[in-house]
Amino acid sequence: MADSRINLAAATRQGEAIEVRISIRHAMETGYRTDDGGKPVARNVIRNFACRYNGVPVFAVRMSSGIAANPYLRFFVTARESGTLDFEWVDDAGARGMAQAAVKVV
Amino acid sequence: MPVRAAWHRPPSRWFDAGSRRRTDAVHRRVVAIPDSITCEARMNSLHNVFIRSLLFAAAALLLFCEAHAQPRALPLGVLRSGIEFAGADVRGMQADDLANPGFLWVERGEKLWREEASGASGKSCASCHGDATASMRGVAARYPAFDAGSGTVFDLEARINDCRVRRQKQEPLLRESDDLLGLTAYVALQSKGMSMAARIDGPAGAAFDRGRVLYGTRHGQMNISCAQCHEQNWGKRLYAETLSQGHGNAFPAYKLEWQTMGSLQRRIRACIFGVRAEMPAAGAQELTDLELYLAWRAQGLPVEAPGVRR
Repeated sequence: MADSRINLAAATRQGEAIEVRISIRHAMETGYRTDDGGKPVARNVIRNFACRYNGVPVFAVRMSSGIAANPYLRFFVTARESGTLDFEWVDDAGARGMAQAAVKVV
Repeated sequence: MPVRAAWHRPPSRWFDAGSRRRTDAVHRRVVAIPDSITCEARMNSLHNVFIRSLLFAAAALLLFCEAHAQPRALPLGVLRSGIEFAGADVRGMQADDLANPGFLWVERGEKLWREEASGASGKSCASCHGDATASMRGVAARYPAFDAGSGTVFDLEARINDCRVRRQKQEPLLRESDDLLGLTAYVALQSKGMSMAARIDGPAGAAFDRGRVLYGTRHGQMNISCAQCHEQNWGKRLYAETLSQGHGNAFPAYKLEWQTMGSLQRRIRACIFGVRAEMPAAGAQELTDLELYLAWRAQGLPVEAPGVRR
């Protein structure tokens, strides 16, 4: 699967808010379900999600069983200078995901 | 394992009685015209022979038209896509390509489209079909369609798998696998907004007829037919749900209930489960027949794949 899809404006004026939208492919297994044999399925959700703007943490989420599969996040970051937004997340099984998007400030 | 699942078989005498009534009604309608011809034949003049042949021609034309212009329980003017029965949140998700999780599968499909086969052929989909945005435009709108090579009707999933096996020399993909859903969603996306236009004439006719019979037949312990919910009672409430007209134009779709993408066959199977009928296997002929019937009765609705449904 595509791991994630990101969308943000092509260019933003300095000081204005950048709307960041990211959709991440993840089953977000709640830990409350059982398999066909009746055995509980271990919880596996994206535990931590973080966004860095040119290396500086600007946004973070701690998720749990209440978040639906394939989480979709939308947040705002103030545009300061051109550079990159780095996204990183880790699930209960220890699997890491990463993505990057370019920010252009005019 | 039985070749044909028995889930559509009449479960009760109640059904049998209803079925006989229907057959009688149809029979009366069809024999009405030959009766009048017999009356005419008793009159013994050349003039009446002429009238008789005229009447016969008219009757033949009537029967011909009846066979080809299929009667519609839901006239084209009242068709409403399932999205119109959804809440604003679901409609918003479907309309926004980033909020719509189905596009995660589309991206997967796009990647697979270009990926060279690991089998003997070494061919990707793109090796033969080139740019999908051009070559696959409109394809999903006319599926399911008759395949001359196999002599059966293929839905989009079967078509993709047939290509994989015969051209790419690969193992077929499992139904409901992320790869097959991804490829189907990617191909279907190229027809987004186009009108559903499956063909039911010619060799697809037999599958269509079977599909139509299945649609109107009572199934399972609940002893109800597809038509009773989706044609006779659409718009009304079934517990917390509003019954839709049961169109498949958004599939493969992301179902919030499933928390994942699913095919139209999976959606049909969910209804079969709901009426507590015997479950046909994935890819069974009955399901393809129903898919074809659904495509025909949704004629003119826009393709919404990858849609979002509750």
